[in-house]
Amino acid sequence: MSILISIFWFAVAVVGAMALGWLFRAFVVAVSPQRQAQEMRTAPLTASFGLLVILIYVLVAALAPIIAPFGESEVVGGEFLPWDSTYLLGTDNLGRDMLTRMIYGARNTVGIAFTITALAFFVGTVLGLLAAVVGGWLDQVLSRSVDVLMAIPSLIFSLLLLTIFGTSVLSLVLVIATVDATRVFRLARSVAQGIVVMDYIEAARLRGEGKWWLITREILPNAMAPLVAEFGLRFCFVFLAISGLSFLGLGIQPPTADWGGMVRDNATLITFGDLTPFLPAGAIALLTVAVNFVVDWQLHKSSGLKE
Amino acid sequence: MAHVWRMIAQRLALGFLTLFVVSLLIFGATELLPGDFAEAILGQSATPETIAAIRRDLGLDLPFHTRYIGWLSNVLQGDFGKSLANQQPVIELISKRLGNTLFLALYAAAMAVPLALILGILAALFRNTVFDRMSNALALTSISFPEFFVAYILILWFAQTGYFPSIVRFSPGIGFGESLYRSFLPALTLTLVVTAHMMRMTRAALINLLASPYIEMARLKGMSPMRVILRHALPNALAPIINVVALNLAYLITGVVVVEVVFVYPGLGQLMVDSVSRRDIPVVQAVALIFASAYVLLNLTADVLSTLSNPRLMHRR
Repeated sequence: MSILISIFWFAVAVVGAMALGWLFRAFVVAVSPQRQAQEMRTAPLTASFGLLVILIYVLVAALAPIIAPFGESEVVGGEFLPWDSTYLLGTDNLGRDMLTRMIYGARNTVGIAFTITALAFFVGTVLGLLAAVVGGWLDQVLSRSVDVLMAIPSLIFSLLLLTIFGTSVLSLVLVIATVDATRVFRLARSVAQGIVVMDYIEAARLRGEGKWWLITREILPNAMAPLVAEFGLRFCFVFLAISGLSFLGLGIQPPTADWGGMVRDNATLITFGDLTPFLPAGAIALLTVAVNFVVDWQLHKSSGLKE
Repeated sequence: MAHVWRMIAQRLALGFLTLFVVSLLIFGATELLPGDFAEAILGQSATPETIAAIRRDLGLDLPFHTRYIGWLSNVLQGDFGKSLANQQPVIELISKRLGNTLFLALYAAAMAVPLALILGILAALFRNTVFDRMSNALALTSISFPEFFVAYILILWFAQTGYFPSIVRFSPGIGFGESLYRSFLPALTLTLVVTAHMMRMTRAALINLLASPYIEMARLKGMSPMRVILRHALPNALAPIINVVALNLAYLITGVVVVEVVFVYPGLGQLMVDSVSRRDIPVVQAVALIFASAYVLLNLTADVLSTLSNPRLMHRR
């Protein structure tokens, strides 16, 4: 029975999400200037729902100290209190307010994931474009080392590196960024290699432009579309990876609030049929789904597929 | 046939080269340790004399290549050294858990691969129908879910109601059927996590082919859509499908780590997580080496198989 009820609620959630997406799209179309409105009008409901979710997460993360009712790691009451009017989502295994932890979790988990993705992208793109532009031995050295790093599954490699450097936020950021930069490098290099052979690049070279100019002014603008889509996907992977690591107790360390760790700390509640531990897990899933929806839309738009 | 064998031999050689480099990387990673291995073992109680003694003991005063060759030849003989945490030989810790992890991965693969292929073929057959859209949306959602989320949902549905155990314990002497039953939930979690991607890729590979003229021809001859897909499209889509299946089986290797922790499954993944938090470097090295080798070997197999599935390469004149 419980499965049927869950399926029913899932269907309700899907319909509700689409309705929200529709409302949000209508709202954006109404308030934004002509050109953006044109673009939004053609957005699928899934994508506008995704945009709405991302917007909410960003707002919550930015305003965390203002909207959170308590302090981040403040012990406010007994352990595992049920939901009531003071503690809207109850308390966790140490008696900290669950809602507060959720709100700060948005700031920490999403913020760290974003930092890692940005770092991985900066390093990966710069090296990838450089490898494509310079070619020769630099390309060989970089590509072969990336091949070697990619021959080890990323989670295993991160675990190995975390053993050596210890578990702290800094080493987490550096380790995951290193692992992910290899994937970005692959993409950036292959995209740039298609561009480097174009006539206008040749023209720019003959004009005597330097490498930095070639990369930033000629190649990057043309490689932007696939890289932006990849940024969304990478963010999802990084986000899932650090929540996974935090869930294993090897990522973001307590008392910093973090969704992966919150699931682990409160998992015992599940055996008693309490759904509270699903909230942080669901928050992770919801954001990943939302980003995926938006990326799907962007990819569809840039590929010009009409099917 | 000769060139096929030569190509396979080449791939194998390349695979072993990769394995060699991977082992070098896993061993060399300890060189990045702030301080060194001896200080990591002793921790707070390090004095210059004890550090020097341990260095001599472990051969840390030798140059890197000597130590690496010594380590590698020990590993090849099945000696991974001793755990820092409890001084047990690593091989003893690993050997039983390796079997459990392999069992879980094979179990999940046996469920996931047929399921993904059937769903993918059906989605390609009924493309742009409600079924296709539903399975696509579900696939996209399940890719986006963290493994532990899926695992806990299954625990809530199946373990809460008492159908299946939520904590996996293998007592000695239980039969095969009983082990299948006890490890059903972790295997199902892994299946759900990997099926979505495989299914999407199967569908994409098939649909890609459906636009080609020879499929059009087959349709014009009046063949049923099922036969067009199974007899004409599927053989040509095998190479990408094999690749994505292998990639996802390799993904099982990492998925296994989280899932084992959730279900307290006595496998390698759990051992690795425990050892990482204890910073037990020899154990982590050994487990990482096993996982990485499995990954490399799977990719190698996929490479060889997708070559073999291409008749143009098999019967080149």
